[in-house]
Order: sequence, then structure tokens, then C-alpha cells
Amino acid sequence: MYTISVNSQTYDVDEDGQTPLLWVLRDILKLTGTKYGCGIAQCGACTIHVDDQPMRSCTLPLEVASSYRITTIEAVEGTEVEAVRAAWVARDVPQCGFCQSGQIMSAVALLRTIPAPSDSDIDTAMSGNICRCATYNRIRAAIHDAAGTLKGAA
Amino acid sequence: MSAPGPSEPRRRRFGIGFFFRTLGLIFLAVIILGLTYLLYPRPILQSEPIAAPPAAAHVDHLRPVSDFDNIADLRARSVALFEEAGRVIQNPRCMNCHPRSDRPTQTDAMRAHTPWVSRGFDGGGEPTMRCSTCHHNENIEASGVPGNPLWHLAPIEMAWQGKTLGEICEQLLDPARSGMTREELLHHMAEDELVGWAWNPGGDRTPAPGTQQEFGAIIAAWLDTGGACPQ
Repeated sequence: MYTISVNSQTYDVDEDGQTPLLWVLRDILKLTGTKYGCGIAQCGACTIHVDDQPMRSCTLPLEVASSYRITTIEAVEGTEVEAVRAAWVARDVPQCGFCQSGQIMSAVALLRTIPAPSDSDIDTAMSGNICRCATYNRIRAAIHDAAGTLKGAA
Repeated sequence: MSAPGPSEPRRRRFGIGFFFRTLGLIFLAVIILGLTYLLYPRPILQSEPIAAPPAAAHVDHLRPVSDFDNIADLRARSVALFEEAGRVIQNPRCMNCHPRSDRPTQTDAMRAHTPWVSRGFDGGGEPTMRCSTCHHNENIEASGVPGNPLWHLAPIEMAWQGKTLGEICEQLLDPARSGMTREELLHHMAEDELVGWAWNPGGDRTPAPGTQQEFGAIIAAWLDTGGACPQ
């Protein structure tokens, strides 16, 4: 039995400690906003925040996750999130949308670390999130837009 | 009983009609059997616990230090010892984290690491793409992602890829580049936990030859014999 903190709520989860957190989120807690893409930390669709650091939940064992504060796409919030959401809508970023919750979690974490990122900063931070629809140019533009919004609000 | 008269047609028991009827029946039987096979309900596959990987049947041991005792010339013996150690040093498990650039390589084929990552200020990744985004304190069997509490890249001064074994040897003995005294070097090779991961890499990665204990003994003997380098 493990106790985990997800989106400011605690849950008792009776599963094997090696179970990837992704499956606990999706199958047990029914938080299906976090997506399963590859299961081997290659695509970034399952990105969540672990104490505010982006991590891939497909390779985060339950027994490790129980020591941290987990935030998923369903509850991530703050000024960076508002700016990213508005930019994503304005740019109509998603195409099929499957990778987008992971993209947004990485973009939010990037803006919290580097409020005005360069193209190079964006490439580095977002390199682990792939998009089969190739919306990369819109993602990059939307991150710049969100950074502009944050700068204007500051 | 009299024989049939010439006007009565002879009955053809195995005529063309019988042939086609039989063929039709066989065809029908094949169709029925095929449909029965295809439509027969099967149990849906259930998830099962992942079987533990079979223990390595064969460990490619390093030669024991005593094997080198018969080399009378001390320098030649030292070089031979380091060449034996080179089987570990130049193994992908070690070389992948001693890249010539800021990017690690991965797999036995030593291809570029995916996703794109860079060493960052401390060898633990860029601030927005840390190694710990995916790598944790231990190998994760479910995803195949390797891990260790000290997971990080060797400093660029310790780049091994693209160098000969002799060049790597000279570099190891140069404190300016290795950042280590000979005692620290021996400790790194023989006892360092992250180095030890090379013999317990998890997933389908091939472990480094021998054991860390065997490797440590070879390195100790190499240093004891003067730490000579191959040309």
C-alpha cells in the first residue's frame, strides 16, 4: 500500500511498488488527461510535474512517486498555465491533440524556469516531447507568445 | 437373373455428377471447419507478471591478475594489464557516458541518446531537461530506462569516445584531465557506485565484462606495476 499526493489530494494505492505512476493515474485514479504514448520515456506524452519538475510518469515507479507532490494536467495552475492556455488557444496549436497535455506540462515547467526562453531554450526543454502531427512550429510560437504575456503581466 | 439388355443404360456409379457432388461436400466441410475455427471463442489475453530475466548464463570474466605474472618485463606486464582493463573501459556501458561531445550515446551500438539531451552545468542535464526527467535511482524494468542515484555524464575532460586505449590511459593518469589522483582513480574504477552500474545495467543491455571486483584488481595491479600505457 502506498500513499501518494496527486493534485493536492492524497490517495492510498494498493499496487506493486514498481507499477509505473502513469497506470496508477489513468487506471486507478481515472486521471486520463495524462497520455500513454510509448511507455519507454521516448515521447513525453505522459509528462507530469513531480515537485514542479517535469518527469515522465511511464518510468516513475509508484514507490518513488509516493515521496513527492504530483501534479497532472487536470490540476496544473498558475500564471504560466494561464498564459500557456491562452497562447495554445489563440494559435490553435493542437492538431490531433494526443501529445498536447505532455507538451503543455513541459512548456509550463520551461516558463517557470526560464520566463523568456530563446528558440534554443525551447528546443532543449521540449526535445523530449514529440508530436506526430509536427505542430512544433506552433508550439514554439505559442511558448514565445506565453512568455510575452508573462512579461507584460510582470 | 439376366444381364441388362442393350437398351438399358449402364449405371455410372462414379460418374461426373458423383465427382462434383463429392467435391462440393469436401468444399462445404472445409468452409464449415474453417468458420468453426475462426469463430470459436478464445479467452482474451490477460496481463501477467513480467517474468524475471534469466540469469546470465555466461559471464565473460576478466583474466585474473596472476595470469600476467609470467610477463617478466614490468612495463610489458603493466601494458598487458591495462589492455585487459580496456575490455571494460572501451565497453559501451562505460563509453556511452564518456562522450566526446555534450551528448551521451546509448545502447550497445552507442547511438546518439534519444531524446536529445545535453550535459548541462553539472553533467546531470540542462535545467529544463534534467537526467532525472526519466532516470531514477535504479533500473526500471517496466520502461527499460536505466538508473542509479549518481546518474550523470563524465566531464568533457574525461571524454573517451574517439580516443585510442593509449590516449585514454594517458588521460586517466593526468590529474589535470581526470581530476583524480591515482588513489582516487583506483577508487573510481574499483568501488564507484555509478561505475558499478556497468555490471548491472538492466534491460537488454550487455553488462561490462567480468565483475567490478575483477576490474578493480586489474586496475590495482596495473598501477602497482607502474601504470604503463599502450602506445
